[in-house]
Amino acid sequence: MELTGAQILLECLKKEGVSHIFGFPGGAVIDIYHHLPNYPFRHILVRHEQGAVHAADGYARSTGKVGVCLVTSGPGATNTVTGIATAYMDSVPLVVFTGQVPTALIGNDAFQEVDIVGITRPCTKHNFLVKDVKDLAFIVKKAFYIASTGRPGPVVVDLPKDVMQAKTAFSYPEKISLRSYNPHYEPNKKQIKKAARLIAKGSRPLIYGGGGIISSGAHDILTLLARKFKIPVTTTLMGLGAFPAPDELWLGMLGMHGTYAANMAVNNSDVLISVGARFDDRVTGKVSTFAPRAKIIHIDIDPTSIRKNVQVDIPIVADCKLALEALLQELEEMDINWEQEHRDWLDKITEWKESHPLRYEQSETKVKPQFVVETLYELTQGEAIITTEVGQNQMWAAQFYHYKYPRSFISSGGLGTMGYGFPAAIGAQLAHPERLVVDIAGDGSIQMNIQELATAVSYDLPVKILILNNGYLGMVRQWQELFYDKNYCATCLHKNPDFVALAKAYGAEGFRIIKPQEVRPVLEEALKIKKPTVIDVWVEPEENVYPMVPAGASLTEMLLV
Amino acid sequence: MRHVLSVLVENEPGVLSRVAGLFSGRGFNIESLNVGPTLEPDISLMTITTRGDEQIVEQIVKQLRKLITVIKVVDLTYEQAVEREMVLIKVNAEDEKRAEVLRIADIFRCKVVDVSPSDLTLEITGDQNKIKAIINLLQRFGIKEFARSGTVALRRSMQID
Ligand SMILES: Cc1ncc(C[n+]2csc(CCOP(=O)(O)OP(=O)(O)O)c2C)c(N)n1
Ligand SMILES: [Mg+2]
Repeated sequence: MELTGAQILLECLKKEGVSHIFGFPGGAVIDIYHHLPNYPFRHILVRHEQGAVHAADGYARSTGKVGVCLVTSGPGATNTVTGIATAYMDSVPLVVFTGQVPTALIGNDAFQEVDIVGITRPCTKHNFLVKDVKDLAFIVKKAFYIASTGRPGPVVVDLPKDVMQAKTAFSYPEKISLRSYNPHYEPNKKQIKKAARLIAKGSRPLIYGGGGIISSGAHDILTLLARKFKIPVTTTLMGLGAFPAPDELWLGMLGMHGTYAANMAVNNSDVLISVGARFDDRVTGKVSTFAPRAKIIHIDIDPTSIRKNVQVDIPIVADCKLALEALLQELEEMDINWEQEHRDWLDKITEWKESHPLRYEQSETKVKPQFVVETLYELTQGEAIITTEVGQNQMWAAQFYHYKYPRSFISSGGLGTMGYGFPAAIGAQLAHPERLVVDIAGDGSIQMNIQELATAVSYDLPVKILILNNGYLGMVRQWQELFYDKNYCATCLHKNPDFVALAKAYGAEGFRIIKPQEVRPVLEEALKIKKPTVIDVWVEPEENVYPMVPAGASLTEMLLV
Repeated sequence: MRHVLSVLVENEPGVLSRVAGLFSGRGFNIESLNVGPTLEPDISLMTITTRGDEQIVEQIVKQLRKLITVIKVVDLTYEQAVEREMVLIKVNAEDEKRAEVLRIADIFRCKVVDVSPSDLTLEITGDQNKIKAIINLLQRFGIKEFARSGTVALRRSMQID
């Protein structure tokens, strides 16, 4: 039996086990929408295509599955670009289907035509234009395969309208292999042996983990390895949740707003074991002084990550989980009293942790944003899924909430996209209806995708938006305060809307917190509500995030409170 | 240092812009780029010459390999290879100069491929040194135009060390 391209597309999605499609219709994709009701997917109608991509991204990050979007041609497609770039920078598996004008019109500046394949080339793992309905099923198969294997990433599939209307027989390839794409998973045994020997020889080892631990599912093995061989752990922003924060081997995040202990440990370590991280400039500070005393082992699935920013001693191109399993085995065979070997180092680290914990000045009259996040942690015991916007709110969410599980901290790290957190929370909530999902937001960022309140209300999603409302584009203001003579140009948001009234206008719940004494009781009440809920907290306007390593400085040049 | 990269790619629309975009987007430089089909119609061979220190060229090679449509990348700098470029040069050759231009063409084994009363167009094939040399020699007559194919290269079958 012959099917139309639109039907074939939907059949393919069924074969891929897709549960949710985040989308927004238009002329170029009406054919697909026409058939959608006949399929078992849950379609989530967002209010802006950027929201669709971030929601699919939140769905993907919170589950490990591929997120799926469907949007129309032209403006529908261009609206997805920020979302796609966000997912690309953080290696999130997505497949984004964009409508396109009919093939005969491509290149003619037709109505709502845009070269989305050209536009997204540098911010996708790969992309496709389907020119013939006979290629459609195979391309969809490739798209999911490429998005979800190796180092994951977003893939765009551009679907001309006539291809969606043309008919052909449907068959879906069961298996796939591409001559030009063969991700390498197995670690090289010799390199693993060398790494183990290096660790055995050192006395001040440190694990520096990144998002790769979470995407490869290596968190359990990492935890086991760290505990067995008494190796302290720090991670990047993307790695939060890869190692349980209550553990005494946990140092907190490293880098620009990392903890004193983590940055000091990097500086003094003699063996740095980097797992699924990429030595980003926000992490390393001045590269030439990063980990100056350490030999570096670098495990990553992406060969381009290795030796891109720093020279390493033992590169291991492999899946993080497989590499750590092999390393664990190798270390187990060594006859070493690890506890004893690393005792001095662990004592030193405890000293750093105790002398310089993350801290802030509590106030009787003003609500401190750190206190709000801390209280949220206490009330939820670290069981919530936290998404964040970007700026100070994001850093406080990273510092003062403590993550016990992978996929429970969801934040735009690489691109730093304001407006990411709320739609991502919607995606995460849809994937985890039973869990508490909270977007820790800033008053600036939340306004970049606030229209998605309508989506949350439509689907009756109990997401919580906790706005740390400081009346500023706070992180930029902090830089202006510290490095630009307090010239607060264009960072004051003095005409913010009444977020509580706004929430209510959308049909959501709204709360306001103005005094420190209100923080706990109001949060407690708000978290119980089974509806989309905005909690507008008026916090100390000029609070700063500390510690802070000024851009381009060495990690040891931290500004402390 | 100059590197010659031999890159096998899927012969499909957009593959050239993926490669070119990678170089421009990451700030790598392309000195020359040549593309043509291979005997297998769905595979093309690109020869790219680029410059950079070792770490940069290592990144270029890895980034090329990461492109989904790239099948194979070989850095011929670390192999023995034959390397050629073809150049068409239109050079002033009036009256008394003509004989000398022709003599140089002869020494360099150029072919004269087009003639007019005022100029000659020469076809020259060779490695970079040879091409540099003839351009140098012809410059004093006045080169009106020239077109270069970009380097093409193949690994030598016998690698002698
Ligand atoms: C889309 C986008 N535009 C601009 C920026 C630059 N930027 C980084 S943090 C920040 C301030 C964010 O303000 P707010 O959401 O209120 O967070 P706060 O820092 O006050 O907690 C800005 C403008 C960005 N990251 N993303
Ligand atoms: Mg703010």
